[in-house]
Amino acid sequence: MTDAVAYNFAYLDEQSKRTIRRAILKAVAIPGYQVPFPSREMPMPYGWGTGGVQVTASILGPHDVLKVIDQGADDTTNAVSIRQFFARTAGVRTTTRTSEASIIQTRHRIPEAPLAEGQIVVFQVPIPEPLRFLEPRESETRQLHALEDYGLMHVKLYEDIARHGHIATAYAYPVMVEARYLMDPSPTPKFDNPKMHMSPALQLFGAGREQRIYALPPYTRVVSLDFDDHPFARTRFAQPCALCGERHTYLDEVLLDDRGGRMFVCSDTDYCQERRTTAAPEARNERR
Amino acid sequence: MSAAEEALLTAAGLTKLYGARIGCMDVSLDLYAGEVLAVVGESGSGKSTLLSLLATQLRPTHGHIRYRMRDGVVRDLFTLGEAERRFLWRTDWGFVHQDPRLGLRMGVSAGGNVGERLMAVGWRNYGRIRGEALAWLARVEIDTERIDDLPTTFSGGMRQRLQIAKHMVTAPRLVFMDEPTGGLDVSVQARLLDLMRGLVADHGLAVVIVTHDLAVARLLSHRLLVMRHGRVIETGLTDQVLDDPREPYTQLLVSADLRG
Repeated sequence: MTDAVAYNFAYLDEQSKRTIRRAILKAVAIPGYQVPFPSREMPMPYGWGTGGVQVTASILGPHDVLKVIDQGADDTTNAVSIRQFFARTAGVRTTTRTSEASIIQTRHRIPEAPLAEGQIVVFQVPIPEPLRFLEPRESETRQLHALEDYGLMHVKLYEDIARHGHIATAYAYPVMVEARYLMDPSPTPKFDNPKMHMSPALQLFGAGREQRIYALPPYTRVVSLDFDDHPFARTRFAQPCALCGERHTYLDEVLLDDRGGRMFVCSDTDYCQERRTTAAPEARNERR
Repeated sequence: MSAAEEALLTAAGLTKLYGARIGCMDVSLDLYAGEVLAVVGESGSGKSTLLSLLATQLRPTHGHIRYRMRDGVVRDLFTLGEAERRFLWRTDWGFVHQDPRLGLRMGVSAGGNVGERLMAVGWRNYGRIRGEALAWLARVEIDTERIDDLPTTFSGGMRQRLQIAKHMVTAPRLVFMDEPTGGLDVSVQARLLDLMRGLVADHGLAVVIVTHDLAVARLLSHRLLVMRHGRVIETGLTDQVLDDPREPYTQLLVSADLRG
């Protein structure tokens, strides 16, 4: 608790938080639009979630319950350290359970359990500009957004089909927000794209190095780009989770030994855990 | 006056000053559908400045350009909004650069390059986009098996033909060309000129071509504009100007041309 006294609540000073909250309000008002904000130095390197951390710090209140996931897991280095960071600097309660959390900061995944109104998902974003690798000039990409000139993005998808026979983009799959702004859903797998559509939760995206914040207010229409004859398809897995037996979740490949042994398990550790505790006997029987 | 007789593009008093220096001075011209206008002159004579002005890449210091849009309405090009200007650029106009790297996406396949404009105007069917790209590659004599290859693997002549296909796919009415045959060897030049003549004839294209090669101007253009020190010093039918130049400078140009 002595640590908490040494810092302002949630580490950032109040003026910075106000500035960031203003950017968040603007982002919510214009869904999918990238709002510039003065990104602060955080006690962690860029690429480790400085954008998400600043957004979380700005919206966090003393009664919030925080969950942090990295690739769906609560127990990876990045998730553990960010959770501890806020436990120490803000003294807020933390949890690993999706349903208990009021704010969920995430890198790469949206929890499998359905989100509810009142919850906020904070995404850590490395590169907010979906057109960046097609058009390197920021001045030009801003023009393209302003004019809703998005043909270029389809060139990328065209190239995918020409080379691989299908749209091979599996993460950071571009979406149109409310039929107006083209948005990069951050490096989330395209499996999670449909969860963004009409989500009851508020979704905030923070890119620290690139100094951009964008948002999807609750119940926003989010449509993945595609072609009429090559429609968007959600990733499917051939097998169920090896631990909980679930068939409709995003799976991680886990290597078991150096002789080619592997298993596929839910990337959302909380969801998998929950299922195993509630449906433990059946799941065990199934595997036998 | 009927639409066919009305000029597609009319420039009046175009002047571009770079500080005290003259880019081009008081240029007026009319361009009609199906007409090829060549702008010739030595380096620094203002050819490229004029082309950039006509293509609305530069704003003139004085003067204006009127253009008859597809809906028949004549508009002043410098009062168009940015969205309208860009729409014109990717549908009704084409621009063939001397350096294909400026006109092509070198990291995108030939098919993607040709399909880009179609996708920009809202085509969302992969099969149809690809079919159109294949048809245009065949039209510009690029082996259709190369559709998924990058332009970096293409020869100079092929890149130039790909650039033409990329712009022709939306059936533009006006194409600007900046030294399109520059740096190509003579036989490749000949094929390219042949292709361009065919396109002009088949599609009723209007073309403004900037070149310092009088042979290219003679082969391709109907009318000729000779520039010097930023001003138009002579203008007329191409054959007439090249066979019987009035201005001493034009006489010099014609006599200096080895093949003239």
